[in-house]
Amino acid sequence: MKAYRTTQTALRALRRNPMRATLTTLGIIIGVAAVIAMMEIGSGSSAAIEKTIASMGANNLMIHPGTASSGGVSFGAGSVMTLTPEDSEAVGKECPAIRSVTSVVRVRTQVVYGSKNWVPLFIYGVDPAYLDVRDWTNMAEGETFTDRDVRNANKVCLLGQTLVRELFESKSPIGKEVRIKNVAFRVTGVLSAKGANMMGMDQDDIVLAPWTAIKYRVAGTSASTVNQSSASSSTSSGVNSLNKLYPSSGASLYPVPSETQAADTPQPVRFTNVDEILAAARSTADIPAAIKQITDLLRQRHRIHPGEPEDFSIRDMTEMAKALTSTTGLMTNLLLCVALISLVVGGVGIMNIMLVSVTERTHEIGLRMAVGAQARDILRQFLVEAVVLCLIGGALGILLGHGGSYLVKLFLHWPIKTSPGAIIAAVLVSASVGIIFGYYPAWKASRLDPIEALRYE
Amino acid sequence: MQLIELKDIYKTYYIGELAIPALRGITLDIAQGELVALMGASGSGKSTLMNILGCLDHPTSGEYWLDGREVSRLSADERAFVRNQKVGFVFQNFNLLPRTSALDNVMLPLAYSAEHLPDRDARQRAVEILERVGLGDRFHHEPSQLSGGQQQRVAIARALINRPSILFADEPTGNLDSHTSEEVLRMFQQLNEEQGITVILVTHDANIARHARRIIHISDGVIDNGAMSGHPQSEAAKAGGAK
Repeated sequence: MKAYRTTQTALRALRRNPMRATLTTLGIIIGVAAVIAMMEIGSGSSAAIEKTIASMGANNLMIHPGTASSGGVSFGAGSVMTLTPEDSEAVGKECPAIRSVTSVVRVRTQVVYGSKNWVPLFIYGVDPAYLDVRDWTNMAEGETFTDRDVRNANKVCLLGQTLVRELFESKSPIGKEVRIKNVAFRVTGVLSAKGANMMGMDQDDIVLAPWTAIKYRVAGTSASTVNQSSASSSTSSGVNSLNKLYPSSGASLYPVPSETQAADTPQPVRFTNVDEILAAARSTADIPAAIKQITDLLRQRHRIHPGEPEDFSIRDMTEMAKALTSTTGLMTNLLLCVALISLVVGGVGIMNIMLVSVTERTHEIGLRMAVGAQARDILRQFLVEAVVLCLIGGALGILLGHGGSYLVKLFLHWPIKTSPGAIIAAVLVSASVGIIFGYYPAWKASRLDPIEALRYE
Repeated sequence: MQLIELKDIYKTYYIGELAIPALRGITLDIAQGELVALMGASGSGKSTLMNILGCLDHPTSGEYWLDGREVSRLSADERAFVRNQKVGFVFQNFNLLPRTSALDNVMLPLAYSAEHLPDRDARQRAVEILERVGLGDRFHHEPSQLSGGQQQRVAIARALINRPSILFADEPTGNLDSHTSEEVLRMFQQLNEEQGITVILVTHDANIARHARRIIHISDGVIDNGAMSGHPQSEAAKAGGAK
């Protein structure tokens, strides 16, 4: 009841001088509006920058098979085949810090269309999630392949811009068939341009296909073979229908074993391996957690005892991640500084006008004291007035700031990002600005002597 | 029992090292239901005395019994409470809040006392009092829309809203013409006679003091005459008023 009365009194006092109230509020309105607009535009820009850097692969984690060594001779990364597509699936399912994950099977071979041919830098057999991992989901044309294509080892592929230029002279390749090592793949989509990566390699020089199709129909083994003529025919002849049309690899050098012979000398059953698992962490901050989770998971899956070396290695883009973190940090701090300055300016404005207001209303204060207001009643009234002004200013400021940043988005096409946190913070901060900067004038008012206040002209 | 008993009240102001005595040993009784004029030239100490009587200030030394309670040593907040409950003030320049309706002005003291009182009852009480002072048709007028006499009547209504036992009027007619002065003074007499409210008129004007039944003269911080109720002087004042 008391609080209600005080608020009512404060509101009435504010209504008595709307001009002064408006001017006082203006400082806070502008302050909060600046904060909100800054935060929205800033965090929009920040998110855009973050996204750009992330699209370069800053959040990516590359899991490679481990090193084989024999008699002290190490064969280098990837010389054993320890990663399986099931590992990749498990990483996707069981590591919460991982946004998405894909198996990667690499081949290096010729791609033919009509009378043109080209050896792309990258021919990757992947899961559809690859595009998400690489932040590459917006296609220039057509659509991506699906998990079903992966399951069926369908011969479909996506082409990078460079291939479209080289093989199709920039005409639409959708629905056409290209031959990858004499296997016909239907083009379902064209990737958007991505340009060179940090090492200057053309990332658009790429063919993406279901990893099963690359693995079983093209590669045979994971060994890269640039030279098509030397490709082994033993694994791909079964599926490659084109071999009949182009019997270049038909001549077998070795006698084909009969079924009986094959049964007599059983080959060890080899699990399907992939060349690499590519994962994307949810954010840069999640990378260490993601590495830990993947390590634990794969050690468990590969049954590696504690103390034994891992048969895989995980690499992250430390350099890029660092750049990303420092950029984001810089932006946030910058915004915070600007926001604080404008709020302090608004707060000082409130204090000034409240002080003037106390002097101007000395008579009123004296009267209120004469009719029985205690010091704390006066203190409370002026404090509530300041806080009410600040809250109203805060609300209007939020609207104004939001409107402003929306206009910026509308006319300048800057990215903005509404942040509920900033709005809550703005309300809290404007209330505390009201309390902090309203306290001194209110205290001054409450300390007035009623007799002198009444006599004051 | 006396409503007001002052015993040897001193009030000294200090300006730096300099002591300025404003009241020098005031002893005074005022009974419930009296209509008293406190008279003196400017600088005589009558305003200081009124401030002490009205609990706006405390004396440097001496005892002040108000309604059976010693109030001279109360803290500022306790005095504020006493003012709210027992005392009403009417000032020379009305002291109404600008741009505030008569009704809201009258309800002002309730904000500090009657937390338990619902809004509607508070309003009702203000309406009744405004009607009693003859402003039944001016509830929503702001001070700037009212004449001086009407403003002073709003101020009286405000002083009465907490049903005080004492009403202090500090030069209540100082800003009014003689005709409205007469009306306002008659209202004080009426309040005094009909409701038994003790009224203390502070004035320098003998014509106004004449409306009181008892006149206390003060000069240079001491009471010349009229200190005790039932003093022959009060009869004389009455006689003077009747002239």
